[in-house]
Amino acid sequence: MTVIKIDKTEFASGLEKLKGSNKLFSPAKKGKDFEFAKLDAGEVPDLEGCRNTGMSPKSLIYPQSETMFEYTTEEADPDANLMKDVEKDYAPRVVVGLRPCDAYSFKLVQRNFESPEYRDPYWADSYEATAFISIACSQPYSTCFCTTAGCGPFHEEGSDIILAEDGDGYIAKAVTEKGEKLLADAGWATTAEGGEDKFASLKKAAEEKVTSSIDISKVRDMAILDLYEADFWEKEAFACINCGTCTFVCPTCWCFDIQDENKGKEGVRMRNWDSCMFPLFTVHGTGHNPRDQKYMRLRQRYMHKLKYYVDKYEDDVLCTGCGRCIRMCPVNIDIRRICDKMNSYVKA
Amino acid sequence: MQNPYLPFPVRIAEIITETEDRNLKTFKFEFINPEDEDKFAYKAGQFGELSVTGQGEIPIGIASSPVEKGFVKFTVNKVGLVTTHLHNMKVGDVMGIRGPLGNSYPWETLEGKNVLIIGGGFAFTTLRSSIIYMLHPDNRPKFKDIHVIYGARSPGMLLYKDELAEWEARDDINVHITVDGTDDPDWKYNVGFVPTITEEKAPPADSDTYAIICGPPIMIKFTQPVLDKLGYLHDNIIMSLENRMKCGIGICGRCNIGKEFVCKDGPVFTLSELTHIPKEY
Amino acid sequence: MLEYTNKIQEIAKKILSEGKVDMVIGFRKGTIPMMSEPCFVTDADGVGELSFDSNCGSNLANYIMDRKEKIGIVAKGCDSRNIVNHIIENKIKREQLYIIGIPCRGMVDRHAVGAALGGEILEAVENADSLVVKGVDGEATYSLVDMLQDNCKTCTHRNPVIVDEMVADKVEEQQDTNPYEDVKKIEALSPEEKTAYFDELLSPCIRCYACRNACPLCYCPTCFVDESRPQWLGKSQDITDVKTFHFLRAYHCSGRCTECGACENACPMGIKVRQLTKKLNMDCLETWGWEAGLTVDARPALDQYNLNDPEEFIK
Repeated sequence: MTVIKIDKTEFASGLEKLKGSNKLFSPAKKGKDFEFAKLDAGEVPDLEGCRNTGMSPKSLIYPQSETMFEYTTEEADPDANLMKDVEKDYAPRVVVGLRPCDAYSFKLVQRNFESPEYRDPYWADSYEATAFISIACSQPYSTCFCTTAGCGPFHEEGSDIILAEDGDGYIAKAVTEKGEKLLADAGWATTAEGGEDKFASLKKAAEEKVTSSIDISKVRDMAILDLYEADFWEKEAFACINCGTCTFVCPTCWCFDIQDENKGKEGVRMRNWDSCMFPLFTVHGTGHNPRDQKYMRLRQRYMHKLKYYVDKYEDDVLCTGCGRCIRMCPVNIDIRRICDKMNSYVKA
Repeated sequence: MQNPYLPFPVRIAEIITETEDRNLKTFKFEFINPEDEDKFAYKAGQFGELSVTGQGEIPIGIASSPVEKGFVKFTVNKVGLVTTHLHNMKVGDVMGIRGPLGNSYPWETLEGKNVLIIGGGFAFTTLRSSIIYMLHPDNRPKFKDIHVIYGARSPGMLLYKDELAEWEARDDINVHITVDGTDDPDWKYNVGFVPTITEEKAPPADSDTYAIICGPPIMIKFTQPVLDKLGYLHDNIIMSLENRMKCGIGICGRCNIGKEFVCKDGPVFTLSELTHIPKEY
Repeated sequence: MLEYTNKIQEIAKKILSEGKVDMVIGFRKGTIPMMSEPCFVTDADGVGELSFDSNCGSNLANYIMDRKEKIGIVAKGCDSRNIVNHIIENKIKREQLYIIGIPCRGMVDRHAVGAALGGEILEAVENADSLVVKGVDGEATYSLVDMLQDNCKTCTHRNPVIVDEMVADKVEEQQDTNPYEDVKKIEALSPEEKTAYFDELLSPCIRCYACRNACPLCYCPTCFVDESRPQWLGKSQDITDVKTFHFLRAYHCSGRCTECGACENACPMGIKVRQLTKKLNMDCLETWGWEAGLTVDARPALDQYNLNDPEEFIK
């Protein structure tokens, strides 16, 4: 794949060209953190200022609240009570300046939204309409553990183009056909001399900066029920307040609720992010709740990420190691610590 | 690919109040677009999401049988917001159905086998679907002996009373109807809890005999040891689970038990499968 | 407050080994700088896990509701006031508790430190009055007083109001603080300006309910936002629903809130949710001279009626 060199001026002018036929999104400072926002004409993203965004970019593909259908219950209307598609904007979009781990997260989540049997059209159409220009991490957080979570600061899968900071510009590597086309559309064409080597050495240096890790080598071989019934869950869950922070900031948490919302006779069927941390998530119509204790809900989250997903898809964890849940948890529940408890568990 | 969240529009063709407490009604739906009926081709044991516009959706087992054409039937217990609203709807009203969803009873495995059906209370809907399916002249020769044990609190709480009476009179199916208790002097069937009747009436266990069991947790809890005692293999005990669901297609994430989704990988599991899965249902 | 750790461990060891309590609820050192995690210890040999510093902003009263054990609990001034609330509201019995009192000098706002440092906090060392913080671009020293949580800056109840054993002598209470300055500013806004202000304040909310769940007052078995029959409010990010949640939650806390700041401490989006609860606290103070959780012998302001209650609000 093409590896080129882009200086900052070219970068800005290329983005302007891309804005002609794409909507661009990039991190922008909002409140205490950076969050993804639309990049208007003339605006250049602050890629150096943002180590990573507070919220993950998942809402760009999968908004926290999304209308699925609209309807009227007005009996006089010939279409009364029928669900009607709503207009969706799946015009081309480019996300610029997300981190490789976040770009990779969509690949993990894709398995859920596009299974062999069902295709979630909202997620899938949105994902297909979007290209990702990620920026490799030269300065990971101390809470980043991507290199042991199936990706890394220069991980390519999920990105269409990956940028690496290099002096007064970027080395850009097109990873997919979509990425090659973006390079062409943006007019970025200066071949980087020894680009691949430079990229590789930057990658190596960045990976060495990721000092934090998880290990599921033993978890893989444990029986689900043994881990599920392990004795440490209640202790580890003690501090948990069962808020939805970890699940909402997580790029790979995908659960949602479906609701009808009415205003008079008009209404919409919509979906909203939901969280396995909330008791309501699993409560039956009868009032019975199979996860009625908070440790059960905490266990569900970490078992899902570190065991169920691993077993179901015979792959890596449902986690990119972005560390957001560690940084944002109000009571310091730390996935690394829980993973360690799981991996070192020995059935009595 | 079709949007899996879009319900097929249906019209309520008939509403039957099934039980004396009026909490269970059977809704017969006809597809507004006749071609949707083919898209809704289902097997006994699957479920659908009933979509009541403006209220939401609920997952309900399909009570009609694949051999019944021109309509689909669902028997709905009034418990929550959507079901309460549905109970107040009338014939002619328009709503939606999504599906068919989930796996089904393992019909390929069951062919050539003895089938014991054990049901309790209102969890008899997909069992009705199964019985109608097996009794169809095209299908009956595919199965060996068919036994049905079905119990409810009282005679007035039994579902599908006319059909029960009809099956009772046939000689190609052994039906054992029971109630927990009754003061009806004319009651001509069994009195006793399902586990007790199972112990008395169930056919002997062998590798060719399968039990499908659906009912309230308490019934399952006490029936399972009886089947164990009778020697039923856990591979031959088939159960259908319920969990809170929304999407019904394994995407929204709430109904999992371990790595399986009840809505997509289930709701039907064998008892031996369930032994390795967290009991989060 | 670092010296408190040893004393907490000592007391915990004593009450556990004497069988006075079944468990001690306190804090353990966090896995990241300037963080601590609520934890419990049931074994006298395990008290080494307990620690205390200026990063213990969670309110431990949140962890005792409806528990059946005999509990030793580490309590700052605000925590103790919420324990009083719980006793009044029958969420725990006084006899079940052995309250280990912390004379508190205020908790540090890690978001403020992060903002001052301009990035990730890689290391933090707390001294008696200062905080030495290491970031990516070097080191900085801050005075603890300057980095306190907003609520701690104006707190006038730093010493526990109900206690079995103090870990140190009482600290001097702050005098003449002005906690309601910003509330007065908001009150002075026009209705349109107020709407705009609250829209802006609450628009970052992601409805994770961390504020609610971190709050010891929010223990309803089913919160009104989770009710489905009737469903009081929508579940989407619609700003009206978001505001309804925050406003109603604040009202549910009125006359009960102790300004512990756990809500703001918990918010992942850094929303100043106390802007709402403070207004109601101010009203309770100005109308009835009421501050929550100071004594188990009085019913909360909105829980009692007195003949001399002012009636100006009836128009």
